[in-house]
Amino acid sequence: MLHTPLADTKDVAIATSALKKQYKNGQFPVLKGVNLTIRHGERVALIGSNGSGKSTLLKCLIGLHAVNEGSVQTLGETFGSMPTAAQRAQLRKQTGFVFQKHCLVKRHSVLSNVVHGMLGLPGSWRAFTQATAPSRWRAKAMSALEDVNLADRARSRADALSGGQQQRVAIARAIVRGPRLIIADEPAASLDPVSGSEVMQLFSEFAQARGITLLFTSHDMDHAAAYSDRIVALKNGQILFDKASREVSDQDLRDTFQ
Amino acid sequence: MSGVSPDLRSRFSGMSSINFVLILVVAAIVLSSINSVAPSLGQLADGLPSMINLLDRMWPPNTDANFLTRVGMRLVETFQIALAGAAIGIALSLPIGWLAAKKVSPIGPASWLVKAIISLLRTIPDLVWALLFVVTVGLGAVAGTMTIVVDTIGFCGRFFAEAMEDADKEPQEALAAIGANKVSILMGGILPDAAPSMINTALFALEKAVRSSVVLGLVGAGGIGQELKAAFDLFQYKNASAIILVIFVIVLVMEFITDWLRSKLQ
Ligand SMILES: Nc1ncnc2c1ncn2[C@@H]1O[C@H](COP(=O)(O)OP(=O)(O)O)[C@@H](O)[C@H]1O
Ligand SMILES: [Mg+2]
Repeated sequence: MLHTPLADTKDVAIATSALKKQYKNGQFPVLKGVNLTIRHGERVALIGSNGSGKSTLLKCLIGLHAVNEGSVQTLGETFGSMPTAAQRAQLRKQTGFVFQKHCLVKRHSVLSNVVHGMLGLPGSWRAFTQATAPSRWRAKAMSALEDVNLADRARSRADALSGGQQQRVAIARAIVRGPRLIIADEPAASLDPVSGSEVMQLFSEFAQARGITLLFTSHDMDHAAAYSDRIVALKNGQILFDKASREVSDQDLRDTFQ
Repeated sequence: MSGVSPDLRSRFSGMSSINFVLILVVAAIVLSSINSVAPSLGQLADGLPSMINLLDRMWPPNTDANFLTRVGMRLVETFQIALAGAAIGIALSLPIGWLAAKKVSPIGPASWLVKAIISLLRTIPDLVWALLFVVTVGLGAVAGTMTIVVDTIGFCGRFFAEAMEDADKEPQEALAAIGANKVSILMGGILPDAAPSMINTALFALEKAVRSSVVLGLVGAGGIGQELKAAFDLFQYKNASAIILVIFVIVLVMEFITDWLRSKLQ
């Protein structure tokens, strides 16, 4: 058996079993058997010290990096090392991504950046700017911008916006194709505390309102606790604890980061 | 010795005997080159009278209407060679630069091969290309245009590739994660970031094309240079001086225009 059977696949957004990952040029495994299950509509914060493998785990879940052992099931697609091209297309269609700052195309308009969220869909070669994209995609992008309260900045250049506003554009780009799952790697890192909280709040409320599964990493424990239903801590390549956010104690956090 | 600081002493002793010998060899080569090919004072003095004589025979420049019309037509042809050659060369440099750009190229590590070919195009001087094309496609403007195309690819191919390599990586990775293919990443992520630098390069290429198209005629590849060569060959020095003045004016005007465009595009 590659992986243990799951209770009910229908409820499950993400499940990994005995997931192991070692980079080719790495000396030791980054992930040493991770078993993680996330149900649809859950908001989960992934925490852990720098280099504990949070980003690596996110990338394995969506097939950006190959898994060495174990298996991954994301949105009903089960794969061993890497998803097939067809599986990957399915995953991308239903998943939105947000990364750290600096992930927008600076010299493009805000609207074009949101339209980029359509790239990879069939016929999306026209989506490299808003001007060339089909008008229904432009309309979707505008409504995504309304969701993040930036519709009035649609025509501005992306780099004319503040860091917090840029991250909201990145959120709009992630939600523009109506994903069932949003994966966000340190979305609030390198923002000032106020805009960081704004961005997290927007995220979390949006996910909750639409029943979208949200998996995000953060090194800000206040964020992790305030904007998630569950916190999963990684340490030494394994899950240290996995509990409801309100049950996480100071001692748990000390254990995670010491 | 207390007078020499240890720092200075280490710098002196840092010069190994190999370095010292190398410096001597280089100096010897430079001096002997000057000795054998640079003009001596005597030669300069001898040449001066014939230089003055030539200038005298060049003055005043020919302003005959028929002649100037012919020069005007040649001038138009020169611009056509420069514009057509630069436009085609810049257009071809886009895909070629993309293929050559490290980490960005759709052909992966094979990009160095494209880069090597671009270097080859650049290393061979334009007059040599012009001679090659005159031999293969015959005398005239087509050979000139082909020369400018090749020259432009050698120049723009390299700098376009570098601009694409320097484009911000984070947005490209974000687009890749969203599922964008290589072409979409190029169009949506790389080109917007590289555009200012690439436009600058293209304007320089245009300027360069005008300069080279002026001299290509010397080897029969069309344009105003052909008229200049004819004037010298037939000892029509007043024609030659008129042409040189015209060339001087266009090169200046061209520089002015591209400078102005650059400042507009900043
Ligand atoms: N592409 C890669 N190649 C090799 N090693 C990597 C790569 N990405 C990350 N690592 C290593 O894997 C470990 C975990 O990194 P990462 O997943 O980025 O941690 P985190 O996001 O928790 O800070 C680190 O030791 C890092 O150096
Ligand atoms: Mg990380």
